[in-house]
Amino acid sequence: MNHLLSIEELDRTEIERIVAQAARFAEVSDRDIKKVPALRGRMVLNLFYEASTRTRSSFELAAKRLSADVVNFAASGSSVEKGESLKDTVLTLSAHKPDAIVLRTPWAGAAELVSRWCTAAIVNAGDGKHEHPTQALLDVYTLLKRLPGGIDGASIWIVGDVAHSRVARSNIIAFQRMGARVTVAGPPTLIPRGIEALGCEVRYTLDELAKADVVYALRMQHERMNESFLPSLREYAAWYQINGRRLGPRQVLMHPGPVNRGVELSGEVVDSPQAVITAQVEAGVVVRMAVLYELLAGAREHQPDPTRPGRSAPGHPGRPDRQGQPDRPENVKQLA
Amino acid sequence: MGAEMLVQGPGVPANLLLADAHVLDPRAGIDAIHDVRVRGGEIAEIGAPGTLQAVGDEEAIDASGRHLLPAFFDPHVHLRTPGQEHKEDLETGTRAAAAGGFGGAIAMPNTDPVLDSAPLLRSLRDSAAREARIPIGFMAAITRGLEGEELTEMAELRREGALGFTDDGRPVRSAGMLRKALQYQRLCGGTIALHEEDPTLSKGGAMHEGTVSAALGLGGIPSVSESTMVARDAALAGYERARVHFQHLSCVASVQAVAHAKAQGWRVSTEVTPHHLLLTEEDVRGMDTRMKMNPPLATEDDRKALVEGLRDGTIDCVATDHAPHAREEKEVPFEQAPMGTTGLETAFAALYTELVLPGVLELGLLVERMTAGSALFELPTHTIENGEPANLTLVDLDGEFLAGEHGWESRSENCCFAGRRLRGRVLLTVAAA
Repeated sequence: MNHLLSIEELDRTEIERIVAQAARFAEVSDRDIKKVPALRGRMVLNLFYEASTRTRSSFELAAKRLSADVVNFAASGSSVEKGESLKDTVLTLSAHKPDAIVLRTPWAGAAELVSRWCTAAIVNAGDGKHEHPTQALLDVYTLLKRLPGGIDGASIWIVGDVAHSRVARSNIIAFQRMGARVTVAGPPTLIPRGIEALGCEVRYTLDELAKADVVYALRMQHERMNESFLPSLREYAAWYQINGRRLGPRQVLMHPGPVNRGVELSGEVVDSPQAVITAQVEAGVVVRMAVLYELLAGAREHQPDPTRPGRSAPGHPGRPDRQGQPDRPENVKQLA
Repeated sequence: MGAEMLVQGPGVPANLLLADAHVLDPRAGIDAIHDVRVRGGEIAEIGAPGTLQAVGDEEAIDASGRHLLPAFFDPHVHLRTPGQEHKEDLETGTRAAAAGGFGGAIAMPNTDPVLDSAPLLRSLRDSAAREARIPIGFMAAITRGLEGEELTEMAELRREGALGFTDDGRPVRSAGMLRKALQYQRLCGGTIALHEEDPTLSKGGAMHEGTVSAALGLGGIPSVSESTMVARDAALAGYERARVHFQHLSCVASVQAVAHAKAQGWRVSTEVTPHHLLLTEEDVRGMDTRMKMNPPLATEDDRKALVEGLRDGTIDCVATDHAPHAREEKEVPFEQAPMGTTGLETAFAALYTELVLPGVLELGLLVERMTAGSALFELPTHTIENGEPANLTLVDLDGEFLAGEHGWESRSENCCFAGRRLRGRVLLTVAAA
């Protein structure tokens, strides 16, 4: 694997391999010293064109736990606002020789495009309404831990604004690759025409929600109302809110965050033991560790155990110029 | 109205002897090997093979094994002048046209500033008289600045040489505004060409709405955005007995709406592009920005209906909608990229390779449809007959090439057929109209 651009390009074996690696890294998170030297001397660049404290911090934490250097580059307040193109920004930042670029943009296909412009491994942290592959991987990881029978054969309902959700797209694909049956449900104005071609079923009401083993609620963005996708949030909540009345006792509740309490989820279900929302956040770090490890150190025979402290991974065979570099005094540098 | 509406840069009238050429002009009823003499830019003599000899300053060209066709005519190109010469100018755009076998073309008015006033049209025609490598004509805007609010001075623009009127790139949103333009056409004439799109349906769209847009998470443009407007404006044209031309049809429902309008006897005509005839939304899966155009590439059913419409005459002609954009403008994420593909240099070869060779269309019919555009704008049709202006294209149907392998004559390279192996190489274009 050279890049992680989409879930679409991963098969079940690859998803399972990343998730299994994440499980090994989970043990690191429980230690007093939450760090392994697997990616020491490697540089991970977070390039974010959209505000995202949560995803960015999750990637930053993941990179740091693997001892990588992290540089955060936010598009606001930078050269981007002075009119620099995506290509020029990427070429400029590539001069710092990052080993991986974690990229979040509002444009579908941007991660794939960037992967053609530079030698770094590209991790798609969300490209427009297209995909958000690490979210899907962490959701698979979370579900595998939570569902006693595994994901195979499970019924998963994804509820809400499917049209504007990259999480929905990645998860429809990922859950099905793992053997689940996926149903999307939401207001007809927010279910894109043609989505059933991805293999999922479509419902416009929650009448059959009881059939679901897992209920995955999507975040409802308030600005959708201004564009007349919905008459009101009140009406949305009346028809599609997951609340104590609609959520069955054995159903698992997921949400990519941040939650709008009282809109897509009622407060009581957020706080219920069925909700695995904080487990998803926790899974985010270990799954992103596994992704970075897979891209920058992994996929070779006779891998050293990356979870064993005190032994660094061997240098990257393809990049001899990066070996023997002195450690940087600080792990994080702020550019721009 | 005639050829004087077109402008061309200075050139030496051709004196040629094309020996042993397979002359094909379905309108003239010619499909045989001939020698053809061109003198002073006119077709002087068509004789049996081996009967004509070059005399005087005539350049003799051995055309054996080659096809001599009437030069193609493109009623829809963007030459980007004035204002966007970094994409194309009159010289590069017409050079690209000549390289594609076109002996005439009509430029759209969505320039910067918009071609909506007589002085601007005059200066543009002056520029064309210096720079254009083939005869070109100009359409003027229907509404000032393409804003859809006020009519341009259509009568004065016509007197200054506007072939017709279009807000191409944008629809005329208001039916009332379009109706006024159609009424005013009775005074000034000139075909009114319409880019059909309902912006309330297409808003936020980057490609055709369907399974591919759903999978890619790209905003979709539904086909009804075009077809409802075609139906609306065909009805308006029928009511006002006006002459309208629908630009770049892209879907089944629009073809049906045009067929209905023609059955009513309404004065409508239409065009289709090579990319809509050959490509579909599936070609957008890779999010290659060269595949982003307006109207967007639609489904296989739409594509087939367009081919069928072209064959049965519901669609009158082929137009490229040649829309050059600079490399840096297209080298961005799909949603940010401007709409449009170049097409002049690949139109014939792409259609010959993908439609004629597999037996979908006859070569004669393709030639007819690639030369039919001029008549829709009251211009003479390129014909291979004694005494006609020499508007000729010599092609090597067996000549194979990779599109773009030697670069492009156009200033831009955003061609949706780039890299394809095509057959039907244009060797020579004579544009002496």
